[in-house]
Amino acid sequence: MSATFTAALSSAAEEGLASAEGIQSAAWLLVAVPALSAAILLLAGKRADKWGHYLGAAVPIGLFVYVLALFFSIKGEHGEERVRDLHLFSWIPVYDFNVDVGLLLDPLSITFCLLITGVGSLIHIYSIGYMEHDPGRRRFFAYLNLFIAAMLLLVLGNGYLLLYVGWEGVGLASYLLIAFWYYKPAAATAAKKAFIANRVGDVGLSLAIMLMFLYLGTTSYAGVFAGVGGASTGVLTAIALMLLLGACGKSGQFPLQTWLPDAMEGPTPVSALIHAATMVTAGVYLIARSAPIFDGSEAAQTVVVIVGAITILYGCICGCAQDDLKKVLAYSTVSQIGYMFLAVGLGPAAYAFGILHLLTHGFFKAGMFLGAGSVMHAMNDTIDMRRFGMLRKVMPITFVTFLLGYLAIIGLPPFSGFFSKDKIIEAAFNKGGISGWILGLVALVGAGITAFYMTRALVMTFFGDKRWAKDMHPHESPFTMTVPMIILAFGSVFAGFLLVRGEALVKWLEPSVGPHIEAEHHTISVAVLTALTLIVVAGGIGGAVLAFAQRPVPSSAPVGVSVITTAARKNLYADAFNETVLMRPGQWLTRALVFIDNKGVDGVVNGLGASFGGGSRRLRQLQTGFVRSYALSMLAGAVILLAALLAVRFQ
Amino acid sequence: MSQNLSLVGLIALPLVGSAVCFGLPKTNALLAKQVALFFSVATLIYTIVIGVAFDAGGDRFQFEASYDWIKAFGVHFAVGVDGIALVLVAMSVVLVPAVVLASWNSFDSADDAEELDAPQRSVKNFFGLVLLLEVFMIGVFVATDVFLFYVFFEAMLIPMYFIIGSYGGPRRQYAAMKFFLYSLVGGLLMLASVIGIYITAGQSSFAFSDLLGNVPDGASQKWIFLGFFAAFAIKAPLFPFHTWLPDAGAEAPVGGAILLVGVLDKVGTFGFLRYCLPLLPEASRDLAPLVMILSVIGVLYAAFLAMGQRDMKRLIAYTSVAHFGFIGLGIFAFTTQAGTGAVFYMVNHGLSTGALFMCVGFLIARGKSRQISDYGGTAKVTPVLGGAFLLAGLSSLALPGMSTFISEFLVLLGTFTRHKALAVIATTGIVLAAMYVLLLYQRTMQGTVNEKVAHFRDLNAREITAVAPLLALIIFLGVYPKPVIDIINPAIKATMQDVGKSDPAVPSSFGGSK
Repeated sequence: MSATFTAALSSAAEEGLASAEGIQSAAWLLVAVPALSAAILLLAGKRADKWGHYLGAAVPIGLFVYVLALFFSIKGEHGEERVRDLHLFSWIPVYDFNVDVGLLLDPLSITFCLLITGVGSLIHIYSIGYMEHDPGRRRFFAYLNLFIAAMLLLVLGNGYLLLYVGWEGVGLASYLLIAFWYYKPAAATAAKKAFIANRVGDVGLSLAIMLMFLYLGTTSYAGVFAGVGGASTGVLTAIALMLLLGACGKSGQFPLQTWLPDAMEGPTPVSALIHAATMVTAGVYLIARSAPIFDGSEAAQTVVVIVGAITILYGCICGCAQDDLKKVLAYSTVSQIGYMFLAVGLGPAAYAFGILHLLTHGFFKAGMFLGAGSVMHAMNDTIDMRRFGMLRKVMPITFVTFLLGYLAIIGLPPFSGFFSKDKIIEAAFNKGGISGWILGLVALVGAGITAFYMTRALVMTFFGDKRWAKDMHPHESPFTMTVPMIILAFGSVFAGFLLVRGEALVKWLEPSVGPHIEAEHHTISVAVLTALTLIVVAGGIGGAVLAFAQRPVPSSAPVGVSVITTAARKNLYADAFNETVLMRPGQWLTRALVFIDNKGVDGVVNGLGASFGGGSRRLRQLQTGFVRSYALSMLAGAVILLAALLAVRFQ
Repeated sequence: MSQNLSLVGLIALPLVGSAVCFGLPKTNALLAKQVALFFSVATLIYTIVIGVAFDAGGDRFQFEASYDWIKAFGVHFAVGVDGIALVLVAMSVVLVPAVVLASWNSFDSADDAEELDAPQRSVKNFFGLVLLLEVFMIGVFVATDVFLFYVFFEAMLIPMYFIIGSYGGPRRQYAAMKFFLYSLVGGLLMLASVIGIYITAGQSSFAFSDLLGNVPDGASQKWIFLGFFAAFAIKAPLFPFHTWLPDAGAEAPVGGAILLVGVLDKVGTFGFLRYCLPLLPEASRDLAPLVMILSVIGVLYAAFLAMGQRDMKRLIAYTSVAHFGFIGLGIFAFTTQAGTGAVFYMVNHGLSTGALFMCVGFLIARGKSRQISDYGGTAKVTPVLGGAFLLAGLSSLALPGMSTFISEFLVLLGTFTRHKALAVIATTGIVLAAMYVLLLYQRTMQGTVNEKVAHFRDLNAREITAVAPLLALIIFLGVYPKPVIDIINPAIKATMQDVGKSDPAVPSSFGGSK
């Protein structure tokens, strides 16, 4: 672990971090304002239908401006001074366990705030147009604002317990937004599934916090990181693995990944903001934030990279077999976050690259989701790619912005994904040894498959023959929708270059995740690896073009396909597995227990009750009732008491 | 600090209201409701005054008063509150006005009574019974004499018996009978223990302060503990003494169910904390593993049962059994965090389950059915009710940001520092809680709109006034629980000292050096 970093935080622990000053001390508004506006929008009811979306959209824009100011004020400082603590109030004081509410302003949290409020603003603006005809638009903006509040709390909280509040807060917002059209049974089921999968992860997060308290005596970041040096590897491994379980739930990583594709039941702006750009990357944030803990446990880091590697391939394979454009993007998100996990699992060699990919992904994936939303908007909510085709002619702006996102995700230079993904592939190979080769190859193959399925999606949607119904009249979306798409497309193009130029991001994040440690030797030279990656990507593109552009696309999914395709369509039987191994036995258990409780545990008492009950009915006919028998028993009790007391007295 | 505020006055206030309600002519139902509301709000205000005057750093018991009652046997009418009793009284008196409002029109219609094959029920008597119950509920928490506690403990049964038996659902007779029998058995066993404690302590007094530290260790203490345990485990109820609760909770009218599950059951867990731990420390320590194992079983067992219910009120009753498992675990883990968490849990559970029962009651008032399958998609027709129902449900699953999270987390954390395995098993209960709450919400509120609910009207002002303060309090105490925690902490610390346990050592917060 880095010496500076430990020094910064342990001195913070002993003397208190540098306090927030000036505009920094207003940072609590970042949580309070969107929470308040969400409450206003919900409580005002129909009265607010006319202006609710304007208030809802104004909030993140205002916050973004403030975060920019905050960014420059932190950037004006140097080194440790870039880490600022804003103490607010005492929250849960129970003797040794003493948790305060406070915010941590540092490069990592500010970076996330920029992403959340920046992309958040664009998606709020987009939603004004996208949700225009929905009677629940005000409620939609209320939930979005609630999400912003919870997400900002998640990244700004100065300890694990506060993170947990934000963590489940975004889970709630996600639940509400997936089930936004709650009268659709599929949406309600998907929302519940998401919440429960997250709760499984949250068991891990809870236990991690308990372990911290027991072995480190605190749950604040500063305190925990200061104590890490004195903790045993076993404790750190346990904490790290429990944190990882939480991260897997939130970020849709193996084995808790199945909720994320189902979450596409929610309105598309939600998929873009929550289920692509921000919330689902919270797991990456958690691991990067907990760098000192993970750095202290090689075993836990190994598990993180394994989870990342499995998820990369899982997402890629499933993504190839989907006909629903949003599902393709969802599996792609699962897989791209796998890259981020891989990166942060590699430790100080790649923390910054994980965050880098998180940021570029935030731009290009959000942009492509908004593009998918724009297509749905044009196609009466059709999302089956087999019903699209040739849309580039009728939706030029959507096409171009989507295309730029596509070029970014497949990682062609000079688009943003090239910079971020190649860095991760490189770092994986540089890990060294057999594990380095395996991880590197997985990342490399993943890049090829990504190119394949994304090309497939691009071709099926925007190229080829028109396959849409005659009564469809696709049209370009209004400017409230296209402008955010254009801005995100700019990000898809330039963000990568700007962030790696002069190692801007790596240096900026240093006070938060520690200094970047370059690999001692390169397994494969950078130039060769870049060339190799581009060849693999080209192979993926070529394969997809041959399969989907050179031949007409059938308007219904072909049957009698290979075993692999069948499995990929059924998300590699992950849902089937959960159903057979968890859900069904759970239902049997429930039924069995209900039976036992009624017949067994209660039966004995029932027999007793029945005999008395029979008696009681007779008693009631005599109009005596229970009061009398009860009074009698009380009297009897009192007599016994009296007798006993007397007996003692006269002993 | 004004120590001359009278707890006897606090008991007398609802008693007067109750007498007025009973005394009113049967035809003047509205006046009875107004009287009940007035007295319950007055009691609430008086409690707030007492709460403000309470000095968290002061004596263990405050506002004490003691009058000889049966001098020959050392029975006193002695009252006083520590932090634990104070917050539970406060929770109770918050619920009563809410119950009065929520039950406002429940018994007005003669049709319902006919459906249930019951005579037209007296509205004024219902409100009289609720206030009488409030008298006993306050009394049982503020009593500082074991005999007086016993009297209030048993007296609570009577109004509740009539509330279930006369105002309940179709199987009210069966449920009331079962409730009665269980409580009777528990009560008699406790009576034996009350006598036992009096004899073995040898102080010729039933006063808590006289008994404290004077019950000799050994086998007799264990028997006394078991007597109390039986009464409290039935009342709370802990697994496997819980089977009366789903029946009673389901058949009781909603107002009665709220007070039954929200307050009466707390007397069981309160009894553990106030009487078992301090007065019978050795037995408490020895038998703690048993109680904790039963508690953890209850957390999981009841959660599965909740998922399997078709009747909304039974479902909520089972969720409460699961929650009582957490409370039992917290009490017998013997750490300050778990103990404070358990007491705060009792408060929060009262508010949360109160709100949940109330929302279900609003649904039943519209749909005339307790069956989950008779609803569906209701939130589309009644969005305000849907929102309140969801908030109440989220508080039941202990969503962070709500007060229930803080108490549940404290219980688990405090248990973890001493019994890791039990805490880990109990923590999995948070997944099950999410399942039963969201399943209920999905089946009743989401999905396709059931034609039976299409005509429902949304909550009116009275109904909103009844439920909104509970939800607001849950959120407020989730964000800023410190005032309540500060009141509970010293009482828990004192209780832990009585039982002879101190917290396991954790590294000092910012040391980290070894």
